[in-house]
Amino acid sequence: MPALSDLLQYVISGATLGSTYGLAGLGFTVIFNTTEIINFAQGEFVMLGGMLAVFAIRWGGVPPVLAVPLAIGLTTLVGVVVNRLTIRPVRGRSVIVLIIITIGVSIVLRGAAMLLFGKDTYSLPGFSGDEPIAFLGASLLPQNLWVGGMTLGTLVAMKLYFDRTISGKAMLACACDRKAASLMGINVDAMVTLSFALSALVGALGGAILAPITLTSYDVGILLGLKGFAACILGGLGNPFGAVAGGVILGVLESLSAGLISSGYKDAVAFVILLALLFVRPSGLFGQRAADRV
Amino acid sequence: MGHIGRIVGAAGIAACVAVGAVQAHAAEPIRIGAIFSVTGPASFLGEPERNTAKMLEEQLNKDGGLLGRQVEVIVYDDESDTTKAVTAVDRLIKRDRVVAVIGPSTSGSTLAIVPKIEEAKIPLISCAAAKKIADPVKRWVFKTPQNDALAVKRIYRHAKGAGLTRLAVLTASDAFGAAGREELKELAGPAGMTVVSDEVFGPKDTDMTAQLTRIKGTAAQAIIAWGTNPGPAVVARNRVQLKIGLPLYMSHGVASPKFIELAGPENAEGILLPAGRLIAEGQVPSGHPQKAILANYTKEYETRFKQPISTFGGYAWDAIMLVAQAVKRAQSAEPAAIRDALEGTRGFWGTTGEYNFSAEDHAGLTEDAFVMVRITKGNWEMLR
Repeated sequence: MPALSDLLQYVISGATLGSTYGLAGLGFTVIFNTTEIINFAQGEFVMLGGMLAVFAIRWGGVPPVLAVPLAIGLTTLVGVVVNRLTIRPVRGRSVIVLIIITIGVSIVLRGAAMLLFGKDTYSLPGFSGDEPIAFLGASLLPQNLWVGGMTLGTLVAMKLYFDRTISGKAMLACACDRKAASLMGINVDAMVTLSFALSALVGALGGAILAPITLTSYDVGILLGLKGFAACILGGLGNPFGAVAGGVILGVLESLSAGLISSGYKDAVAFVILLALLFVRPSGLFGQRAADRV
Repeated sequence: MGHIGRIVGAAGIAACVAVGAVQAHAAEPIRIGAIFSVTGPASFLGEPERNTAKMLEEQLNKDGGLLGRQVEVIVYDDESDTTKAVTAVDRLIKRDRVVAVIGPSTSGSTLAIVPKIEEAKIPLISCAAAKKIADPVKRWVFKTPQNDALAVKRIYRHAKGAGLTRLAVLTASDAFGAAGREELKELAGPAGMTVVSDEVFGPKDTDMTAQLTRIKGTAAQAIIAWGTNPGPAVVARNRVQLKIGLPLYMSHGVASPKFIELAGPENAEGILLPAGRLIAEGQVPSGHPQKAILANYTKEYETRFKQPISTFGGYAWDAIMLVAQAVKRAQSAEPAAIRDALEGTRGFWGTTGEYNFSAEDHAGLTEDAFVMVRITKGNWEMLR
């Protein structure tokens, strides 16, 4: 039986890793809530957040404190441009067409990043140093706290936005019924643009705060996008809280199975549990029943 | 077309053939084919290899070529794609009529072109590392990089000297890591080592704390991590985060400045790994037979291409110079004569090490091709 401090270490590692998945998952949620599109370029927004921060420092000589907001801002802009150039011209087509377009966008963004930044892996300095902190026999990096705090903060902000503000509610209305929403005087196009901006922002934030721990390269988006999507499905698609919780659960599962069972099968173990859960609850852990949307 | 047209056409063709024949007779160059992954995921191998090959072509010709003939190195880029390597080797054999082929950069492409090489009976010197390339020995196939087993033996020799016998191995789940894992486990017994913990990580994984925590709970006296960037850099970071004081060995797969950059010098401090002498060229003692080769290659490469020297370019250096010395000794540029001379190569010092080929050994190196280096303050420190 492993020591308690080891178990704690697995949980902390897993939760940090899971927050990544959760932040990627949050982005999926925002766009899904407005447009019902699963944006498969979400992982690329995460990648851009990290890579742009790295290159703002390397090429632009921007101090690290400013590089991260700059990268997030630029990625948000990319999100807006992606929507304007690829999604808006074909609006009104079936959702599946739009989803396939996002897959194309992800390939283009990844390719562009490869040409621009090269194929190497890069690291970003930790926001507040790399000195490990001991905690009940386990140890964590200051950056782990940043990741946890930012994820939580983003989640709360999103919750407030969707529940308390007019534009947040307008966004949800667009997803429920586009036509009705526009008849109610909601500018649907603007809402879609806003949702792309918001999801790019959340994704880029995740990418930038993660880069100091996980390193980054032009192709990290594939895996993060996939795991983020899995997190969404686990937590229940469309529910921001579910996305983050799903991500953390997935991360902890992976870490525990690597630590307690076998590091060779950690992904397999995590995904088998994921499948089993979905079998019991097809709409995800925190998802609403499909029945209330006829 | 009338009569006249046909006659003019025929004359034209005849003239072309005649001119071609005259030119060929005057200065038929010795053509060496090369297939490198200049672009694509393996470009970190292929680009320095291509640069090196082109640089050597120029140098050989400046020194009067081989057997009084010019040398032409024809390089094709397989774009890190096995299928394209096969097409390229066809073109080299049938159209360019090369006398020897060097490369490809990757093991997969090398194994894919071997049947074509054997059919054409042209010597191949691969720049890829897999043991399978030269084991079992194939009549026409040689290779320049060190076998993984040599790196493992070198690590075990060092560990034994330091009194470390209980080991934890942590390997990547890709081809390089899996091959390393196999060798590490196979050679442990004969070297008097016990593998007490056997963990793996995905090549794209971003967190290895779980595996390291598990290792921490075992009786391991040292950790050996086997993979290529970025995985091992994450291992180095996590090890410091978890304050694991056990000595950490890495493979030659991370013997590049990029690894120190990714891990951060403070996390890479004290890591031990086997590497070719090229990365610590400045520390090679001046009496060593490789000293001049390494110093010249480094200087010429770095001034010409304005980028740091890489071990991989060295594999191409060795391959071309092996062919060159074989041509000189055979006094012939016939493929069969080159092959026989290659097999008879003894005591040839390249950038990687000393090559001694024989009918039983087409890899030619011993574990002395590796030196142990320690990362100290962000630099390679060659251990005695």
